[in-house]
Amino acid sequence: MTSIEISRVRPARTPRRSGPRSTLTRSSGIGLGIAMIWFSALVLIPLACVVVTAIDGGWEAFWSAITNGQTIAAIKLTVFTALGVTAVNVVMGPLIAWVLVRDRFWGKSVLEVLIDIPFALPTIVAGLVLLSLYGNADSPLGVDIANSRPAVFLAFLFVTLPFVVRMVQPVLEELDQDVEEAAASLGASRFTTFRRVVLPSLAPAIAAGAALSFARGVSEYGSLVLLSGNLPFQTEVTSVRILSSIENDNVAAAAAVATVLLMISLAVIVLLDVIQRRVAARG
Amino acid sequence: MADTLVHDVAAPPPVEASRRPPRVRRTPTTYVLRLVATAYLFFLVAWPVSLVATNTFEDGLGSIRALLEDPDIVVALQLSVYVAFFSVVINTLFGVGMSLLLVRYEFPGKRLLNALLDLPLSVSPIVVGLALVLAYGGRNGWLGPTLAGWGLDIIFSTPGIIMATTFVALPLMIREIVPVLEEVGIEQEQAAQSLGASGLQCFRRITLPSIKWGIVYGVVLTLARSLGEFGAVKVVSGNVLGQTRTATLVVEEKYLNFDQQAAYATAFLLAMVSVACIVIVAIIRPKNHG
Repeated sequence: MTSIEISRVRPARTPRRSGPRSTLTRSSGIGLGIAMIWFSALVLIPLACVVVTAIDGGWEAFWSAITNGQTIAAIKLTVFTALGVTAVNVVMGPLIAWVLVRDRFWGKSVLEVLIDIPFALPTIVAGLVLLSLYGNADSPLGVDIANSRPAVFLAFLFVTLPFVVRMVQPVLEELDQDVEEAAASLGASRFTTFRRVVLPSLAPAIAAGAALSFARGVSEYGSLVLLSGNLPFQTEVTSVRILSSIENDNVAAAAAVATVLLMISLAVIVLLDVIQRRVAARG
Repeated sequence: MADTLVHDVAAPPPVEASRRPPRVRRTPTTYVLRLVATAYLFFLVAWPVSLVATNTFEDGLGSIRALLEDPDIVVALQLSVYVAFFSVVINTLFGVGMSLLLVRYEFPGKRLLNALLDLPLSVSPIVVGLALVLAYGGRNGWLGPTLAGWGLDIIFSTPGIIMATTFVALPLMIREIVPVLEEVGIEQEQAAQSLGASGLQCFRRITLPSIKWGIVYGVVLTLARSLGEFGAVKVVSGNVLGQTRTATLVVEEKYLNFDQQAAYATAFLLAMVSVACIVIVAIIRPKNHG
């Protein structure tokens, strides 16, 4: 039995070292070709055009476009707010996932639906609903944070809500509670059990969710239009900055800033890929 | 605590070991966590979203009726539905085909492709719009002038809106189908093929029924995302009243022009559709688990 398993593992690994081999048949090859043409026309060529436009005017033009004072302020605001929101999600996401998986109470299915609403709700509507509760003269709460930095934070918090929860939830469901009980029976406190037994298995899912929520925050636009007022140097985020460059016909500057955002998206995707490989390798 | 453990042992063994419900240990922490999670979701999601309904129906059905009598808004709603329809059709065909290729075949560059397919989820909608304008803009775009020479305008017209919407919703279908295909495996397909089924028969009779629910979730999520796309459409559409203005653009325009009633009413219609999509998925998904 053991020898069979070893011999089964080895041939699978050897071709990977010498480069992946293709198992495409003729018809699937044509299918892949058509799919790639569409994917290139829709996604790859347009995104390449952004990078080409950004570096077309030379390095100095690119550098001066992204080090423009107003742009730097926008990038700083976006990145720091997204980091802050991700920190909140790293705490609240696993907490909510824990309640959804391990607790049972009336109304839990409503919470399940609430988690997904920010994902499906049009972003402009998200901005409008947050405005009506937190940024209105006649807000039921008496809170008015419209056109301020907390409004940007709130909008990011809303749109990034599902990511950590939905990454952690399935992992928590699969987790064997026997191990936790064994730890508890050996005298571990609840906190120790959580820190030493549960947290290590959730860590990759939390990291993946955090990466997605950071990427979503950095790229957010729609929910801020009505909520943040888009005041330069104060509440203007990177996406809004790009849009105003487009509207002023300064396409080169827009493309330069867009390239920075694209690099952040790519970095997140590489990070996600690495996390997934780690998890798969660990088994 | 010992009490609950004994209770668990005494309980009849679960029918399906892997799917047994979680054992609940109720301690004060449980209630605190429950309270924190519920309050957080209430203040962040439930209360704000419910306000769109109360604001819409402040004075009865008047605002919805006024909305449906405004020809420009009706055209915008129709355009949104039209665009979402094409986005769903294109992404379904592409998503099913691409998922099959990713799961069933090996080819060079597969890992790179797999990572790139997630890109649209994390790219800013404004960057999506800018990218499409730079590639397909009628005057200065890379491919735009050629296509315009053939009589095909993309930017500032409906094809551009469809492309922008399809772009942002692209990964959703694939993310739903790939896990299902991986779980189903290829034994049944191989058996069918060994019994002489053609590739098409095999797909129609074996593969399609097994990924049916994955496709349904994918369609619902793509639909919700497509109807709600705002930033990318704003850049590529030109926002021409009655021609290329979609429902989400109407919400912004009405709100900024102090027509709050129309803004809330349109937002309410959009929110209804997206909440309905989420509820549909939530209802049918557990049944499929068993």
